[in-house]
Amino acid sequence: MSVLDIKDLRVSIETEQGSKEILRGVDLTINSDEIHAIMGPNGSGKSTLAYTLAGHPRYTVDGGSITLDGEDVLEMSVDERARAGLFLAMQYPVEIPGVTVSNFLRTAKTAISGEAPRVREWIGDVRGAMEKLRMDPSFGERNVNEGFSGGEKKRHEILQMELLRPRFAVLDETDSGLDVDALRIVSEGVNRIKGETGLGVLLITHYTRILRYIQPDHVHVFVNGRIAEQGGRELADRLEEEGYDRYLKAGV
Amino acid sequence: MTATETTPAHLATEDRFVPIQTRSERPTSFDPADFGTPTGREVNWRLSDLKRLAPLLVDEETETGAEPAIEYGLAELEAAGLLVESTGHDAAPRGEVFRPEDVVSAIAWKRCENALHIRLPEGQVQEQPVIARLHGTGAERRANAHIVVEAMPGSVGTIVLHHSGSARYAQNLEIIVREGARLTLVSVQDWQDDAVHASAHQAVVGDGAYLKHMVVSFGGGVVRVNPSMRLAGHRAEGEMFGLSFSDSGQHIESQVFMFHEGVETRGDVLYKGALQGEGARSVWIGDVLIGQDATGTDSYEKNQNLVLTDGARADSIPNLEIKTGDIAGAGHASATGRFDDEQLFYLQSRGIEEEEARRLVVIGFLMEIVQKIGVPEIEERLAEAIEEELRRGAGLAPASKAGA
Repeated sequence: MSVLDIKDLRVSIETEQGSKEILRGVDLTINSDEIHAIMGPNGSGKSTLAYTLAGHPRYTVDGGSITLDGEDVLEMSVDERARAGLFLAMQYPVEIPGVTVSNFLRTAKTAISGEAPRVREWIGDVRGAMEKLRMDPSFGERNVNEGFSGGEKKRHEILQMELLRPRFAVLDETDSGLDVDALRIVSEGVNRIKGETGLGVLLITHYTRILRYIQPDHVHVFVNGRIAEQGGRELADRLEEEGYDRYLKAGV
Repeated sequence: MTATETTPAHLATEDRFVPIQTRSERPTSFDPADFGTPTGREVNWRLSDLKRLAPLLVDEETETGAEPAIEYGLAELEAAGLLVESTGHDAAPRGEVFRPEDVVSAIAWKRCENALHIRLPEGQVQEQPVIARLHGTGAERRANAHIVVEAMPGSVGTIVLHHSGSARYAQNLEIIVREGARLTLVSVQDWQDDAVHASAHQAVVGDGAYLKHMVVSFGGGVVRVNPSMRLAGHRAEGEMFGLSFSDSGQHIESQVFMFHEGVETRGDVLYKGALQGEGARSVWIGDVLIGQDATGTDSYEKNQNLVLTDGARADSIPNLEIKTGDIAGAGHASATGRFDDEQLFYLQSRGIEEEEARRLVVIGFLMEIVQKIGVPEIEERLAEAIEEELRRGAGLAPASKAGA
């Protein structure tokens, strides 16, 4: 049982007009085997939270804390966070020319587990995980994210999650740009991994569509860099009908 | 032999300066005296390391003494039956397509009595790549060479020139790809770090023929390999690929020229360079010319450089000139930068340490070219050399944001 604890997190970015505050005091606790949906309008700070958790250098933490089972995450480098068990499924994964998927996966697995995986077992694991995500075996020979369709990129993110076995995963708008079939395959993958490993999930989304496939235990509404409201599944249903106007008008 | 080209007026008349507008109009001559000594202001010497190239600018006898400055390991060519009797200045096909465009090349032409002549016989399919091993026997020793590689109609094959050791070496490479032939030519500069090498490659590709031309430079003090390719035939196809890795004190230069002359020709130019260490330097000047009769042409050229540390400098100048309105496509691009932060972030977010992430990015960047070589021995040697370079560079601080 692990706990990812975010307390009074305040984050800014540098812009041409100077420093801009994005997160204004976020409190959030996620336990293993829980699914938290973060919803909110564009520009509310959802992705900033995701990238701050992963340690992207663009974001400056001005205050607050992030701990993973009591360990200070903010003190860790990007790779240390991943080795501690954090995983970010990105909305726009970048291309890495000349690096094949299979080379990349093996290198990442070796880094995460501290030793090279046993070859035969590993090949079986990769093949199995790819099959479950309906990915062609030839995928392994392609260069990372190069020429991937939107759906392939997202499947590739989930494939990594399946093989790297993190304790907590942040899914940053994994549903964007997916058709219904791809959305189902990706969602099944998330549910399967959670079922097998007790993964804690922070699901960031703009739409309620993905919540039909991945059932959240908690829903948090993000507005203007803060959590404006939280509740259970029913909150998502309400957002589906009412949208975010209510929060924006209130000027939280 | 006397020059077969008339000397352009502006070269003969000292006090007149005529700017050269079109790459194909660059003056040529077989007589070194016509070029004079470059001052460093000329378009084709402006970014060169003239100081270290100076020994190659002196027009004097070099084939003296018993021990050659360059040992030619030609056993593989001989075994494959690709070696033809050496050709003197007047013996065809020497000079069929080659015209020296600078003084070094003119000296190499003049001072090389017998050209090495490699020929793929008509219709012959040479399955195995054939490697000529050129080894320099001393950094102070000078050599001039003219080499002819001729792919006869319908032939298929891969020829590699592998350079090692050290020398001051001026070299002309004349490449003739006749009708329907498919040739891959790879020049590998695997020199010791005190070698000085200036080479002019000139290729002509005939009807329906194909040439894949590759320049791979990672060893040597100053390496200047300037290839040009004329897609002369109908539907001639040409690819020009380059890969360089410049370390501290290394100056690696390529002036690349792709000339679409024939109808429906297709050309692709891609040069990639990595640089690390104080004073590491690369120069790339890429000219693509689509002639006025070259309708239906498809052409693309790109140069990408990855600056790994501060103190390195990459010059990249792409030029594209189109003289017909009827083309299928033409484009050019140049990008020089430091590590892509987003690539590093992506890899690190998967647990990969920063140094390993950098290694993956550099190797990946260069592999795109390595994978095109198709000669296992050279690919392995290259992968090994890249790892070696990266080990050497591991202690150096990565390029800062402002540096690139």
